[in-house]
Amino acid sequence: ELKEEFTRILTANNPHAPQNIVRYSFKDRAYKPISYVDQMAIHFSLNGNMILKDSDEGRRQSIRLSTAAAKAPVETSAVTSEEEEIKDEESTEDTQAAGEEQAEGSGIAEVAEAVKAEEPPPPRVKEQKLANQFNFIERASRTLNNPMRERACQSEPTPCKNFSATANQWKIYDAYVEELQKMERSKEKEKPKAQIAKREEEKKKGRKLTSLELQSDDITKISKAAKIMERMVNQNTFDDIAQDFKYFEDASDEYRDQQGTLLPLWKFQYDKTKRLAVTAISWNPKYKDLFAVGYGSYDFMKQGQGMLLLYTMKNPSFPEYVFSSESGIMCLDFHNDHPYLVAVGFYDGNVAIYNLKKATSQPSYKSSAKSGKHTEPVWQVKWQKDDMDNNLNFFSVSSDGRIVSWTLVKNELVHTDVIKLSVEGTTMQGPEGLQLQTLGCGTSFDFHKKIDYLFLVGTEEGKIYKCSKCYSSQFLDVFEAHHMAVDSVSWNPYHLKVFISCSSDWTVKIWDHTIKTPMFIYDLNSAVGDVAWSPYSSTVFAAVTTDGKAHVFDLNINKYEALCTQLVVAKKKNKITHIQFNPVYPVVIIGDERGHVTSLKLSPNLRRMPKAKKGQEVKKGPEVEIAKLDKLLNLVREPESKA
Amino acid sequence: AEVEETLKRIQAHKGVIATMVINAEGIPIRTTLDNSTTVQYGSLLHQLTMKARSTVRDIDPQNDLTFLRIRSKKHEIMIAPDKEYLLIVIQNPCE
Repeated sequence: ELKEEFTRILTANNPHAPQNIVRYSFKDRAYKPISYVDQMAIHFSLNGNMILKDSDEGRRQSIRLSTAAAKAPVETSAVTSEEEEIKDEESTEDTQAAGEEQAEGSGIAEVAEAVKAEEPPPPRVKEQKLANQFNFIERASRTLNNPMRERACQSEPTPCKNFSATANQWKIYDAYVEELQKMERSKEKEKPKAQIAKREEEKKKGRKLTSLELQSDDITKISKAAKIMERMVNQNTFDDIAQDFKYFEDASDEYRDQQGTLLPLWKFQYDKTKRLAVTAISWNPKYKDLFAVGYGSYDFMKQGQGMLLLYTMKNPSFPEYVFSSESGIMCLDFHNDHPYLVAVGFYDGNVAIYNLKKATSQPSYKSSAKSGKHTEPVWQVKWQKDDMDNNLNFFSVSSDGRIVSWTLVKNELVHTDVIKLSVEGTTMQGPEGLQLQTLGCGTSFDFHKKIDYLFLVGTEEGKIYKCSKCYSSQFLDVFEAHHMAVDSVSWNPYHLKVFISCSSDWTVKIWDHTIKTPMFIYDLNSAVGDVAWSPYSSTVFAAVTTDGKAHVFDLNINKYEALCTQLVVAKKKNKITHIQFNPVYPVVIIGDERGHVTSLKLSPNLRRMPKAKKGQEVKKGPEVEIAKLDKLLNLVREPESKA
Repeated sequence: AEVEETLKRIQAHKGVIATMVINAEGIPIRTTLDNSTTVQYGSLLHQLTMKARSTVRDIDPQNDLTFLRIRSKKHEIMIAPDKEYLLIVIQNPCE
């Protein structure tokens, strides 16, 4: 510790000067140490009273002295008092200065002292009063801060949906079509109301459709698809038959030496008609695959209900339309221009018209006892051309001997007796001198294709009358045709003069209506139920007999024998009742007593067209057919005329 | 109704395995098969029918698809499209 060296420094610092003087700073609102402390130490101070000559006070004093010299005695006291004041001031200044020195430091004090010595009176007054220069008092106030509250509002977001589609050409087309339809509809609304009737009809149909749609559950909308599907399913099931129908041509016909065969195709049956016999068949003129079958009973004792079924070849398992009636149907006919109208004759003598477009199973128009129905079964009905008032009309023939024309006037059937079939030579004398005319019983009739007023009537007595619509009491001609009832008469579709008739007396006869005796006679060994000309050839016809056989003849090929005799119906107890050729396809349909309808395809031999000689064109058309038949007839006629 | 009868007849026809009705969105409405198979058939055949129809109409917009038949080794699927529905029948054609 002794060897420690102590350094001694000679500084100019005043050891008595404080080192940590702190002043309050208003700016910073805190106490802050002064950065520099005055280090001056005053060892000795003596206040002098010497004033500078040129300063203000000096000049004042000099002036006073000069004036005091004038006022010596008065001013001396003043001067001395001034001097005393000055001394007092100086002393006070000194004390102030000393105080200041002690407080602040000597350097500043000297300056302050010097300044204060020169200007004692003015600053003195002000110093005493000074608070601050501007009389500024801090006065602060503060507004109320409003409490902030968050309030948000949001609109509902617009619903967004993803949508994707492909603009195909057909979608554009559909849009255009819709536009067109809308425009058309608006145009129609603007049209004058002259077409109310038609539009009402349309509206009714439209209403029906819409009402159906409204009532329906989902299933009915699929009706169209279901129909197509059913046909497709059937086609699949009966695929082989469909193929046969379309494509099969029996190749073995070449070896059969002009004989032909009938290939069985579909068989149509309906369970409700099992007990009924087929009484009438007819093809629809518009839809070549649609045919109507009338069901009833030929048995006098067993009369029951009747049915009308419409089948299509496209669907062999179920009929398209089903109508039922109280009385057995005996005959039916499609209207040529309105293929949805079917005229039907009943066993009880009534006639009715069924409208296929309407959904009901009841006839649209029906005759009654009041409106002149027949008193016996109606055996045949046939549509005629519209009369002059554009009313639909058809003819019916019945066993009561009347041929009646029915006209549809204002939704009612009005009848007109056209002819009464009076049997010649049988006017009897009844009681009281009345002349009774026994009437023949008409069983079939046919209208001429070209000559409108001409028609033939076959009767139960076996006579065929040639009649005209214009003459109501007389016949144009009478043919002693058969020994038994004439079952069917039919004009040749090509040749204007030829007709065919068949009867229960086992014969089929072909006539020229200008000649009283038949041209050709065929004996078929069994009562003939029906005979029909083929639509494709004037020399081909088919007949069916009650022993279940079908016979097809072609006069061009073989004048004396059938080209085809085939057992069509399996059971022996079954009788065939009707046959019809399809106007387009090489198909015949045959109805029998069990309510079955069988369709058969004609083999090529039966459909043979005349071969063209080399170099000659094959003419087709009615003229050729007529010529063909003419040739045959001439062959037959000449020996007769010779004879 | 009549349509119901027709559908019943189709179902009862020889060789028919199943019948279904699918609506425009591919959802089966009526079926004679179990649910899972029906749903599968429905969605797949619906797409196929849409594609077929689109094809037919693209070629000629005035044309439209009336029937679609798919013949496979085991059976035949027949589809009859309608405006809003599809009728599908699976049949085993007897040969």
